[in-house]
Amino acid sequence: MRVELDNLTKRWGDVTGADGITLDMQNGEFVAFLGPSGCGKTTTLLMVAGIYKPTAGEIRFDERVVNQVAPKDRNIGMVFQSYALYPHMSVRQNIGYPLKLKKTPADEMEKRVQRVADMMGIGHLLARRPAQLSGGQQQRVALGRALVKEPSLLLFDEPLSNLDARLRLTMRSEIKRLQLDLGITSIYVTHDQVEAMTMADRIAVMKEGKLQAYAPPNELYEQPRTIFIAGFVGNPPMNLFDAQIVQEGKRYLARRQGFEMEVPHKQGSRAVGKGQVVVGIRPEDISLAQNTGITGEVFVVEPLGRDNLVDVRIEDLHLFVLADPRQPLQIGDPVQLQIDGGKVQLFDPETEYSLLWT
Amino acid sequence: MAPQGMEIERRNETRLTLGQALPYALLTVSILPILAGYAWVLIATFSQRTNGLLPLDAQGNLGGLTFENWAFLSESDIWKATLNSFGIGMSMVVGVGSISALAAYALSRMNFPGRKGFLGMTMVLHAFRPEMLLIAIFQVLLFIGGIPLLGDLFGFNTVGGVALVMVTLDLPLGIWLMKGFFDNLSWDMERAALIDGASRFRVWWEILLPQIRPGLAALSIFMFIQGWNAYIIPFTFTIGSRVANLPVYINRFSGDTSFVSWNKVAAIGLFQLIPVLIFFIFTQEALLNIYGGGSKGGT
Repeated sequence: MRVELDNLTKRWGDVTGADGITLDMQNGEFVAFLGPSGCGKTTTLLMVAGIYKPTAGEIRFDERVVNQVAPKDRNIGMVFQSYALYPHMSVRQNIGYPLKLKKTPADEMEKRVQRVADMMGIGHLLARRPAQLSGGQQQRVALGRALVKEPSLLLFDEPLSNLDARLRLTMRSEIKRLQLDLGITSIYVTHDQVEAMTMADRIAVMKEGKLQAYAPPNELYEQPRTIFIAGFVGNPPMNLFDAQIVQEGKRYLARRQGFEMEVPHKQGSRAVGKGQVVVGIRPEDISLAQNTGITGEVFVVEPLGRDNLVDVRIEDLHLFVLADPRQPLQIGDPVQLQIDGGKVQLFDPETEYSLLWT
Repeated sequence: MAPQGMEIERRNETRLTLGQALPYALLTVSILPILAGYAWVLIATFSQRTNGLLPLDAQGNLGGLTFENWAFLSESDIWKATLNSFGIGMSMVVGVGSISALAAYALSRMNFPGRKGFLGMTMVLHAFRPEMLLIAIFQVLLFIGGIPLLGDLFGFNTVGGVALVMVTLDLPLGIWLMKGFFDNLSWDMERAALIDGASRFRVWWEILLPQIRPGLAALSIFMFIQGWNAYIIPFTFTIGSRVANLPVYINRFSGDTSFVSWNKVAAIGLFQLIPVLIFFIFTQEALLNIYGGGSKGGT
C-alpha cells in the first residue's frame, strides 16, 4: 500500500507534536522515523494508526484520505515498545484477538494463529500467558498479533528498545527479513540510528516535530543536510567544529587556532567568505600520520575492540579519530593527523543547513 | 531454586530469636482487648446474663447458657430485614460498581470539556457528610414518591429509595478508586486493541476490565459491607418493619422506653456479622489489593 503524509500536523494547545510532516512511502517500502525522544516520531505514527486525530494535513492510503477512518478500519498492524500484550489472555488468544474481532470462523482462526506462531518460532508456546514468556518471546507474540490479520501497513514503535543488545541484533535482522518476504509497507519508529540505518529503505529524520530529511541511509550518511543529521547519524558521531574557510591562491583552507587543513575546491568555493562555518568530519576519515599533517596530543584512548577511538586535542579543539589498536598510544603523546578533505562537510551555523547539499 | 529457598525460610521461622519474637508478643498483647470484645459478644449471645466474660444465669450464678437469645431467627421480621439488607448491599455492588467503572474509564481516558471540574466536584461532594443532606434527600425522595410507578420503587419509605440514596452517596468514592485503577493501565494495550479492531466498548469490557478485576472485587466488597451495615439512611427514610434493614431492626431493641436486652442485641449483631466475615475470608486478598492499586501479572 502507498502511504502519503501531506503537511501532517498535531497540536495540543500550545504544544506541537508534529509540524507539517510531508512524505510518501512506496508499496512495500520500509521507512524508519528517526529522532531523539520527543521529536514527534511516535506522534506521527499514532496519527497514521488513527489513534491521534491530525490537527491539520492529510493522511492518504492509496490515494484515499483516511483522516477520519477509525483505527480498526485501516487494516494496520502495530507492534509496541511495551509489547502491549493482553496479560489475561493466552498467547493463542492474544494472536487470535484481531481475528476474533473480525468474526473469523474458529477452525480458520486456529489455522492462521498456528501458522503465524510457527513463522515466529513460538508455535509451542500458544498455551502460555504473556507473563510466562521472556522479553524476546513476548515481542514475537506482539509481532504475530500484528501480522495475523495480514495488514497492508505495519507500524513499529521502538519494538526492540526493551530487549538486550544481543537479542536486538537477532530480532533486527528477523524483522527486516520478514518485512522483505511479506512485502508489507512498514513504518519503523526508533531513536537508534543503527537500527534505522540497517533496516530502512528510507529514513525520515525528525527533530522538534519537524522533518529534517527523508532519504536513503547512504545519502543521509554521505550527504547530511543539517548539522543535526550529521551529528545524529553515524557512530562514533561526526566531529563538528567552527572554522573559517579562506582562499589562498587556488587553495581553500579551513582555519582556526592551531588548526589548518586544505578543503577541495568543490566544497571550499561554497563556503568561502561566509565567515564562521561549521566543519564536519567523521572519525573514520581522519588517520594518524607520520611527520605530516596537523599536530595534536592524545587526550583519551577508548578501545572499541576493532578500533581505538582516540580523542586528540588540538589547542581547544577535540577531534575523535579511529585508529589501529596495534598502534601504541599513551595519553599525552604527540600525534599528527591526516584528514581526508574530500569527505569534509560544511554547514551554515545560522540556518544549520549544509552548504554543500540542499 | 525456589522450593529450596522456601525451605530455608521455613526452617528459620521455627527458630525465632528473641528480637523476632518481641514484635509478635507486643502485637498479641495489643490485640487482646479487641479479642476480648469479640469473645464477649460470642459468649453473651449464648447466656442469660454476663459478668465480664463469665456467663451467668438470672440469679447471678455461673452458668445460664441458653439459645433463647437466638429465638429471633424464627420471626419473619428478621428475615425480611435480612433480605432488605442484602438488597441494599447488592444494589450498592451493582450500582456503584457498574457506574463507577464506566465513569472512571471516561474520566481516565477521554478528554472532554468539564472533565477537571467534574472530578473536582465529585471530590467536594464526597466531603459532605450524608447527615447534612438528609433533609434535601428527604425532599427528593418525596418527589420521586409522587411519580407513578417509579415512586413505588424508589420513593420515600422503599428499599429501592434507600438503595438509590446510598449508591449516589458512594459513587464519588467508587469513581475515584476506579479511576486510579484505570490510570495505572497502559495506553499501549488499549491502542493495540483499537488497532486490532475492537470498539471502544469492547476495549473497556474485554481488555481493561479483566485487568482491574482485583480493584473491582475490592470495591464490590466495600460497597456490599457499606450497604449491608447501612444505618442512618435506612433509619431516616423508612418507617415500619416492612422496609427496615438489619441495623434498623437491631435499633428497635434499644429503644428509649423499653429495657434493653443486650444479649439479644449481641445475638443479632453476630448474625449480621456472619455474611461479612464469610465475604472477607474469601476475598481478603482482593480487598487488600485496593491499596496496592492495580492489576497483577501485567507485562
